[in-house]
Amino acid sequence: MKTLKLKPVLVNAALAGAALLAIFPLLWMLSVSFMHNGEASNYPPPLLPSAPSLDRYRELLKSGGFGRAFLVSLSLATISTLVSTLLNALAGYGFAKLRFRGRDTLFALLLGALVIPGQVGMLPLFLMLKQMGLVNTWAGVLVPSMASIFGIFLVRQYAMGLPGELIEAARIDGAGEWRIFQAIVLPLLTPVLVTLGVLSFLGSWNDFMWPLIVLTDGNLYTLPVALAALSREHVQDVELMMAGAVITVLPVLALFLALQRYYMQGLLMGGVKQ
Amino acid sequence: MIRREKLTQMAFVLPALIVIGLFFAVPVLLGLLLSLTDFDLYALVSLKNLRFVGLANYIDLVQQPIFWKALGNTAYFVVLGVPLSIGLSLGAAVLLQSPLAHLKPLMRTALFAPVVTTLVAVAVIWRYLFHTRYGLVNEALQSIGLNPIDWLGDPHWSMPTIILFAAWKNFGGNMIIFMAALQAVPTDLYEAARLDGAKTWAQFRHITLPALAPTTLMVGILTTAGYFQLFAEPYVMTQGGPLQSTVSVLYLMYEQGFRWWNLGAASAVAFLLFGLIVLVTRGLMKVANRGAA
Repeated sequence: MKTLKLKPVLVNAALAGAALLAIFPLLWMLSVSFMHNGEASNYPPPLLPSAPSLDRYRELLKSGGFGRAFLVSLSLATISTLVSTLLNALAGYGFAKLRFRGRDTLFALLLGALVIPGQVGMLPLFLMLKQMGLVNTWAGVLVPSMASIFGIFLVRQYAMGLPGELIEAARIDGAGEWRIFQAIVLPLLTPVLVTLGVLSFLGSWNDFMWPLIVLTDGNLYTLPVALAALSREHVQDVELMMAGAVITVLPVLALFLALQRYYMQGLLMGGVKQ
Repeated sequence: MIRREKLTQMAFVLPALIVIGLFFAVPVLLGLLLSLTDFDLYALVSLKNLRFVGLANYIDLVQQPIFWKALGNTAYFVVLGVPLSIGLSLGAAVLLQSPLAHLKPLMRTALFAPVVTTLVAVAVIWRYLFHTRYGLVNEALQSIGLNPIDWLGDPHWSMPTIILFAAWKNFGGNMIIFMAALQAVPTDLYEAARLDGAKTWAQFRHITLPALAPTTLMVGILTTAGYFQLFAEPYVMTQGGPLQSTVSVLYLMYEQGFRWWNLGAASAVAFLLFGLIVLVTRGLMKVANRGAA
């Protein structure tokens, strides 16, 4: 009898404890970002700011270049999301429903390439972009993310389930392939495209290694690169760094909360891999 | 007419294929060639200074202590980090799927939140939480009478700290996959076990774990492949230190390639890592298949 009553308490306590541990670092970041300079380094370290202020944020936006980095990250993530979602939608639909020579061979090749880690091509890609004059430009950051094998795979899986009769009927009525895609296929693909869009936006926003390699000029930095650079210079300014972390993390966290359902779906359709 | 149609149909896949071909396939192939040359700062200035050196980069590499150090560090990270991450994912998924649990959607979101955060930002947070003097973690240790630990400054603790960080950051992703797999386990199995008097732990061992085996294998392979690509954590938290205790293979590639501009040698590092990932994931699959047979 006793164990029966104890078990619900144990399960819920363990769950609540784990959830708290998971978000504690984020809550702490938020709290410290409102503290005044040096407050977090007091002894014992305070959990809440004594007099909450936005000064750290002002400092970051004014002298740290974080306002610019924010706009850079936002623009790059938006462009990369729009372009890659469109290209992946076209290709995913093409591989699922259209017929052309070598279709299945090409797709098998793509799937095979999925095992190659992106870093293997990074060094030569850097040299290629250098030849094209794209090193230290935003275009250089963008180009490799304009289409992804995983994205094509995701759309193809979904598009396989679309009713073929609908497309066939439109074809018999004399509609061209592009017209069919716009008017019939695209609306039907919306759920998977939202999923894909959320994944690419987060992927682009959170990406670190490639923008770190391509961008050398501090004025061009994305948020993660700017934050990493700042953390190497201002190791002692805990409060300033936490404000920077909030600016970096909050937009993606908000986007995730708003579109959680779609994100989880993408995860279940084959693990998050760009 | 028909020919034209086929061309239109192919045009749907062309833009994506061109992007992937140009910015992924070609670089990977060039990378293999690059790893067979002595491409360095001089070659960057003029390609006349470029020489084909065969396998010299690879031979050089396996003779350097830093390569083995990086490999050892990465293996340490994978061997400890993957089971820890997956164990946490499984534990959290089981708790969340328990019929006794309350507030499930809220708990799930909280547990999942670290996955979507920006790695660089949360790595910075952890650096302060694990600070030797001002960090809350040491504060908590001292409050229960334990000695403070120099988490990121002691070469014995730096990698374990990074492992803890990675487990915290990543466990939510696999948790969602385990949750979906748990939902697919037929409930009458548990019903029958309960009638036979099986306790919770026995049910978990003899029903849940075997039912999750295929999912665990898939998750294990994907996580292992991902963990071999350790880079941003040491870059932000320790810069490879102290005493090179957190230099990973990819960190070595970055340093060789983009700090010292030894792009040929760095390419060899990248391909050795790729080969290693293929070897280890294949091995895992083989072991799992033998276990199943």
